[in-house]
Amino acid sequence: MEKTAIDINKPRGLHQYQWEIFLVVLFLAVNVVNSFLSPYYLTLDTFVSTPMNFLDKAFLVLPMTMIIILGNIDVSVGSIVALTSVLMAVSYNAGLPMPLAMVLALLVSTTCGFINGFLQIKFKELSATIITLSTMTVFRGIAYVILEDRSAGKFPSWFSFLAWGYLGKIPFILIVFVLAAIVFAVILHTTRFGRMIYAVGSNRTACEYSGIRTDRIILGVSMLAGLMAGFTSLFLTSRMGSTRPNVALNYELDAIAMTVLGGISTNGGKGRITGPLISIFLIGFLNYGLGLRNVSAQVLLIILGFLLVLSVLVQNFTDRPRQKSPQKSSAPTRRSDAGDGSDIHENSAQGG
Amino acid sequence: MQSQVKMNADGSTGGANLRPQNLEGPPDSRSSGLIRKISRNSETFRELGLLIFIVALAAIFQIRNPKFLSIANIKDLLANTAILSILAVGMMMVIITRGIDLSIGSTMALSGMITSLTVSAHPGISPFLSLAQGMAIGLAAGLVIGVLVAYFKILPIIATLGLMNILRGMTYLISKGKWVSAYQMSAGFKNLSTGTTLGINNLIIFAVVIYILYTYFINQTKTGRYIYAVGSSPETAELIGIKRQRIILLVYALMGLLAGLAGVLWVSKFASAQGDTAVGYEMNVIAATVLGGVSVAGGRGKVSGILLGSILFGILANALPLINISPFWQQFIQGLVILAAIISNVLLQRRNDKLALKKRAI
Repeated sequence: MEKTAIDINKPRGLHQYQWEIFLVVLFLAVNVVNSFLSPYYLTLDTFVSTPMNFLDKAFLVLPMTMIIILGNIDVSVGSIVALTSVLMAVSYNAGLPMPLAMVLALLVSTTCGFINGFLQIKFKELSATIITLSTMTVFRGIAYVILEDRSAGKFPSWFSFLAWGYLGKIPFILIVFVLAAIVFAVILHTTRFGRMIYAVGSNRTACEYSGIRTDRIILGVSMLAGLMAGFTSLFLTSRMGSTRPNVALNYELDAIAMTVLGGISTNGGKGRITGPLISIFLIGFLNYGLGLRNVSAQVLLIILGFLLVLSVLVQNFTDRPRQKSPQKSSAPTRRSDAGDGSDIHENSAQGG
Repeated sequence: MQSQVKMNADGSTGGANLRPQNLEGPPDSRSSGLIRKISRNSETFRELGLLIFIVALAAIFQIRNPKFLSIANIKDLLANTAILSILAVGMMMVIITRGIDLSIGSTMALSGMITSLTVSAHPGISPFLSLAQGMAIGLAAGLVIGVLVAYFKILPIIATLGLMNILRGMTYLISKGKWVSAYQMSAGFKNLSTGTTLGINNLIIFAVVIYILYTYFINQTKTGRYIYAVGSSPETAELIGIKRQRIILLVYALMGLLAGLAGVLWVSKFASAQGDTAVGYEMNVIAATVLGGVSVAGGRGKVSGILLGSILFGILANALPLINISPFWQQFIQGLVILAAIISNVLLQRRNDKLALKKRAI
């Protein structure tokens, strides 16, 4: 089951950043095409204000990066956003002051994340996939129980500042997102906690044997995911001005697709946060450009689906993930592995 | 070594005799009879529990609404459960191989949409041709997923999440956002699900036939047992010469085939094909399957279990409106039921393993 080597420290020069470079090239291509579609496109204003359309869900990508590096998947984040948004609106309409309702929202979302993490560490036999699938249904179900088919809203006017406001010439949400991204980058790439995320993602059993408290790592990352889902819900609700139980449908797909397109391997233990950060803007601007051409939302669904599958496919080919094979000697490994010579490659790399 | 022992303790695969109930303990152990008894008890315990729960639920519903156990409602209930139970068959195989398929709701929508569009364009077409068409569409979708998962090593959840959106988007594109309504469908097509044969609803007959075939396939054929072997211990399965990738491809292809079939039945039953047909239905199917004791850790699950799980789920869906519980509670209840099911599966398994270890120590 376990992978044999950790190669996150292997220096590989510029070669190391080829995926990011590829994404930047794609991003530039998208913008060139967009600028042909609209004469007003290539202005600084458009560039700075377009992110307001998609940055709300970008907050989900930051913790999703950690979750996928851990080797897990979280499909419940969209439902956490919906539940949080509904609870915030309902508690505000019931008389709670708006700032308190916002704090409540963040508390609730973090609690949801805690529940996800708690179930994962208490029932290690279950994959994160199945746990978050069921909590996804539960969380969205609670949102439906609370609000049924109504919508709630009538927020104070200042609340719309979150999504629509500017500080100087820069959108408020962009500033918050950049700050959040910096915090996540620092956590993931410079702290002990961040290094342990990679370690647990590479080989959880070995981590447990060497005394790393893997439970704490998983719980912490899950709670971060919940907290960020709370941020998404604040900005999303502010952008729409009202909420319903079916908001943020398929947000988990967006977040997973952006993360995976950003070069985070679903095998766990690998990847940098820079990739997902670029792919957020890549997909965001791509959507915006398709919107300029009046391409329907359904085509976007198809494109997103393709991007998700294709990027994993490309990664599986370039990364050559280590085979999950229990044998130590190379002969049976070669036999058991149909066609993809990654084990042989791995073994010779270790030997030499 | 460890995985081989586990495989035998699972009671899910083995060498000469491929029936699960005969393979519980290691053959050399003196206490193999005891282990077998305990793990058999545990399986029976789970299913007995499910059965008691179903009976209790039915009793409560009957007290709240005397119409619940009327012949008409029971027929209704079984007909409504048929599609779910057909899909549970495919999902059971997928989950046994440690996979998951989130795309089946979209596959159903696509197959239903294309077949009903064909029927509205050519009303004279035979209903069985429609069925074949739907199954072919589902099979194609399933093969794509199977190839992605088995040969390109994409995680099942990623591959099916991607396909879920691609297929749903295709459904909207093909229908151009329009519905196909009852008056556009031929009587023969609608008869597929609503008609009766020998006084029994066709849907129930479809389900019964599929269950008979499936029971034989999963319990008696080599390929069927290989599915358990691959899910129980992929590495060991490969070492004993099972073509793991082919089995996984087969499993997703069959799931697609059944989803295609279910899509046609669904559209014929509700006499309407829409872009959002069966949105989120995969969760019902997964819930019914894990409720029936199919372990998401792979390698474990029984036909009788998923049948009971489907019926329990059908009862919940059928009875909640009858006893005036708002439909908005359904998703919440469904989620709790899945959560309770997977957790109780784990707890039962832990107890089982512990007892097995204890017996071995003597």
